[in-house]
Amino acid sequence: MRGQSIQRNSPITYTAPSAVYVRGLTKRFASGAGAALDAVDLEVPVGAIHGVLGSSGAGKSTLLRCIARLEKPDAGEIVVAGSDWTSLTGAQLRRERGKMGIVFQQLHLLSSRTVAANVALPLELNGVPSAEIAPRVRELLEWFGIAEKAAEYPAQLSGGQRQRVALARALATKPRILLADEPTSALDPETRTSVLNMLRGIRNQLGVTILIITHDLRSAAEICDSLTVLDAGRVVESGPASQILNQPSTDVTRRLLAHTGSPGTTRFPVSLVHFDELGQP
Amino acid sequence: MTELMPTLFTATLQTLAMVTAAVILCVIFGLVLGSCLAITSPQGMAPSRGIHELLAIFSNISRSIPFLILIVVLLPLTRFLVGTSIGTAAAIVPLVIGGTPYAARLVEAALLDVDPGLIQAVLTLGASPSQAVWKVYLPEAIPGLIRAFTVLAITMINFSAMAGAVGGGGLGDLAIRYGYQRFRLDVLASCCIVLILLVQIIQFTGNNLARRFDRR
Repeated sequence: MRGQSIQRNSPITYTAPSAVYVRGLTKRFASGAGAALDAVDLEVPVGAIHGVLGSSGAGKSTLLRCIARLEKPDAGEIVVAGSDWTSLTGAQLRRERGKMGIVFQQLHLLSSRTVAANVALPLELNGVPSAEIAPRVRELLEWFGIAEKAAEYPAQLSGGQRQRVALARALATKPRILLADEPTSALDPETRTSVLNMLRGIRNQLGVTILIITHDLRSAAEICDSLTVLDAGRVVESGPASQILNQPSTDVTRRLLAHTGSPGTTRFPVSLVHFDELGQP
Repeated sequence: MTELMPTLFTATLQTLAMVTAAVILCVIFGLVLGSCLAITSPQGMAPSRGIHELLAIFSNISRSIPFLILIVVLLPLTRFLVGTSIGTAAAIVPLVIGGTPYAARLVEAALLDVDPGLIQAVLTLGASPSQAVWKVYLPEAIPGLIRAFTVLAITMINFSAMAGAVGGGGLGDLAIRYGYQRFRLDVLASCCIVLILLVQIIQFTGNNLARRFDRR
């Protein structure tokens, strides 16, 4: 696997293999088409919950779209679960997609399909025999506690239930990595807590590495082991969550902390489970 | 009035036959052409200015010719395809050629109504472009497509009224030849009433079907 013991600009050296490894990622757009990225480095160790933080316009969506390979980067490297995704296209890229599940902020569930059929979709697309699809879907729906909603349509569900369907669908192909786009924004506090618990469970029980892209510092503080702070398309800070939240070394991070109403000196609760205790899934 | 009933009944059947056949063919061709228009449009899955412009020009040509003139222009083609340029079957040719571009534009609009983010999300689930079209694009657009085809069917009834020009028969033909040219106001009124009823039934059915398929 790529990305072992890579020395970074920051003093941190990860020794675990990377689930997601991004190096020098650069993306430019014709004006107005999106926020640019400038030589972004990112490493998500296997088993970690890593957060990419940034205010709107920092380039978070562009980073997500590049890692998801909905955009082709202008320069740099993207390695997902040991495979070089940087210049994959067409059928090659489709075969690789099962390694990384993605939950989008708007969830993008299919309104024309039932809950069960939504979860079955990635399996159908990847040519899984239909005899194997039904038990896998049932297993996922039970794991997420929405088995009784199998025959309902997304529009009939609550926000939290829809989030579960989206997570179940993203995990249907048993990916090693989950990429979550703003998983907690626009949720009420109760649902937010339940989503965070689910993400913890996905990492702790299913051994899935999670990369969260968010502006919601509070959620990131609660759940992430490590953080990368993005501003104007550049990485301004990267390291263990406790360090970044308690001793922010840049003004950008301090501003982000200030915006959540918590000064940089407040001690944030940081997830106590660390990736190195889990080993490789 | 009673002696009118068989004629009116035959004319209604002719209209229904023409419209049904034309709508079925227009739906098939319209789905193909409309999908291509939507996929290649600037907001589509695979934007391609060249192909989109070409298809757009093609679909605009026959829409820009008044239907009555289209019938006449297409007479040689009709004779070639159907073997004759007169009758109900012959009327279907201009109906399909006039209706397909119209159907295609309606299909394009219904498809572009599907959230592009949804298509991208499905691509990240491992969908090939054709899977995205068949498993997501078209199924998600079904309520919109049903509404589009309802409009199409009603327009086809309107077009079919002009099919009398090639001896296509039908309600429009009856209304003109008996109702207008022979001063049979009762025929004219009957034809209008049947046409109004047909349109109401189609619209009602279309609305209900669209609502039943709409899970949003």
